[in-house]
Amino acid sequence: MDYAAVVGLEIVYMIAFLALTSAGLAVVFGMMRVINLAHGELVMIGGYTTIACAKAGINIYLAMLVISPLVVGLIGLLIERLVVRHLYGRMIDTMLATWGLSLLMVGLVTLIFGNTAVSVPAPISGYQLGSFQMGGYNLFIIAVAVLTVLGLWLLLRFTRVGLIARGAMQSADVASSLGYNPKMVYMWTFTAGAALSGLAGGVLAPLTGLLPSSGGAYIAKAFITVITGGAAVIAGTLSSAVIFGTINQLVSFGSTPVIGEIAMLALAVVVLRLMPQGITGRFFKNSA
Amino acid sequence: MNSEFASAGRTRWGWFIFLALVLLLLPLVSETSTPTLLAIWSLFALSLGLMWGYGGILSFGHAAYFGLGAYTYAITAMNTGESTAALILAILLPALVAAIIGAMMFYGRISDVYMGVITLVFALILFKFMGATAGDAYRIGSARLGGFNGIPAFPLLNVPGDTSIQIFGTGLYYVVVVCLLGCYLLARWVLSSAFGRVLIGIRENEARIELLGYNAPAYKTAIFSMTAAMAGLAGCLFANWAEIVTPSLFGLGQCVEVIIWVVAGGLGTLIGPVLGAVLLGMLKLLLGEQTLIDNSLVLGAILVLVVLLLPRGLVPSVMAWRTRRDRSVAGRAASAGTRRRRASTGAEKP
Repeated sequence: MDYAAVVGLEIVYMIAFLALTSAGLAVVFGMMRVINLAHGELVMIGGYTTIACAKAGINIYLAMLVISPLVVGLIGLLIERLVVRHLYGRMIDTMLATWGLSLLMVGLVTLIFGNTAVSVPAPISGYQLGSFQMGGYNLFIIAVAVLTVLGLWLLLRFTRVGLIARGAMQSADVASSLGYNPKMVYMWTFTAGAALSGLAGGVLAPLTGLLPSSGGAYIAKAFITVITGGAAVIAGTLSSAVIFGTINQLVSFGSTPVIGEIAMLALAVVVLRLMPQGITGRFFKNSA
Repeated sequence: MNSEFASAGRTRWGWFIFLALVLLLLPLVSETSTPTLLAIWSLFALSLGLMWGYGGILSFGHAAYFGLGAYTYAITAMNTGESTAALILAILLPALVAAIIGAMMFYGRISDVYMGVITLVFALILFKFMGATAGDAYRIGSARLGGFNGIPAFPLLNVPGDTSIQIFGTGLYYVVVVCLLGCYLLARWVLSSAFGRVLIGIRENEARIELLGYNAPAYKTAIFSMTAAMAGLAGCLFANWAEIVTPSLFGLGQCVEVIIWVVAGGLGTLIGPVLGAVLLGMLKLLLGEQTLIDNSLVLGAILVLVVLLLPRGLVPSVMAWRTRRDRSVAGRAASAGTRRRRASTGAEKP
């Protein structure tokens, strides 16, 4: 019984992890059809920001929930203004340029922080579940992921800002004839996506030690989750996070974590073969 | 487009023979280890450049076939103790695997981004799997896969049929150069054949080619498989150069690097990817010798700048610039001529 609860919690945690790390990428891809391959490095910089702030004596919750998203959002704004805005409509070129940016950021962070692992202890201690020792901080991550997805849904669905953003994505011409500048909408959407990546990085930082190359661990999973999910931002990310998170953890418990990841990757290939437009290309077509 | 067809038909034999001579005489004046590596990278870049530049198919994980070639060679050579079968398998296995994956993608009508994911995921699966094969349980015949440490100490290339004469050093350099030149000629021949014309047609407008009655997925699968074979050959040669194979051959870094070489050198040419691999490869080796500036910082900056400023890559940009200059020189000469004529006729008028 306890074991089932542990497995269940680990599955929920994995789903939350995937949803959280993919949210930023999903906003940018779903709304703008731009694939930001520097996403993993944005997450990584969010983590470094949190750790640097925590070491400087700033409250760690303030650092991960406020400062990291702000800092990474600003970096995203910079990237959009300097690079991405010249490449809208050229999907492959955008991917290559952001891939270059990701290498650039790895290099910069290596230059500043050095190529050694940094870490910060988790602010929530573990608890006992039957005979198993569980990480309490995982529950916090699950809560943050739920709130993020919920907040994003409310924002897109029920606020004027969300309406304008969705309108500009559906038809830039109509939005612009109604007096909203699509270029500004793109700029803020990209910034918001980057801020979400920063949040993910900040929240996940206490779990694992960080290296300048840590971004690579996030990008592959986030990329697969978002693309497999398809164009609908929230329904797509959630559905593929649930599928991949469940498979990954079930197989991991049955064998080893590496086999779990391989199962997840293989599943992604199968899903894409069956549904070439992603999951939401076939189901939940009209959701946000 | 016209000029490209023209240049695809008319190989500049003078340049080709000149470059071939330079490559073959290079060992007289220089050490051969670095040139060998650069030539192997060039071959790898050539394979991606052929598929991407002419077929319009971007594989994000072309390193999968490079690594597969290297591993196939190492494992087969260890089991047979002889290199001929290993070399042939290192070409055939990647081709076969790519044919299966390619058929799955192209007949499934999977579009560009989704194709990028699938090709990348395949490389990542191999990377993860090979990294997890530490320990005695993972062995193929007498070859231990060795996890992240890879497979060292496998038999090197030997003269076919005679295991006592090994090929390394300058000998390996000549083998690599002959492979590179051979693959270049093969690519040129493919592009000038009917198959190549249809391939370029698919890149330009797939729907129109299909309406003309061609089976586009079959063509795309064929070129995917063929370039995977080339990448496998490059991987096999790399294994012989490095004398060890490790999972990093499949890694994200290797996947990115070859894309950067091709983009920087120039899509839609064959010499561009080769040039990109040589120049950026030399830069990488130079940067590796110092510790002041991080390697990936420079490579990343180059990629961003190339996409923003030279979206067509080095070689096509230079070619376009030369055509423009020739045209403007010709134009100036022509207009000067008419002015002179006008002047002379004008002088006769009162």
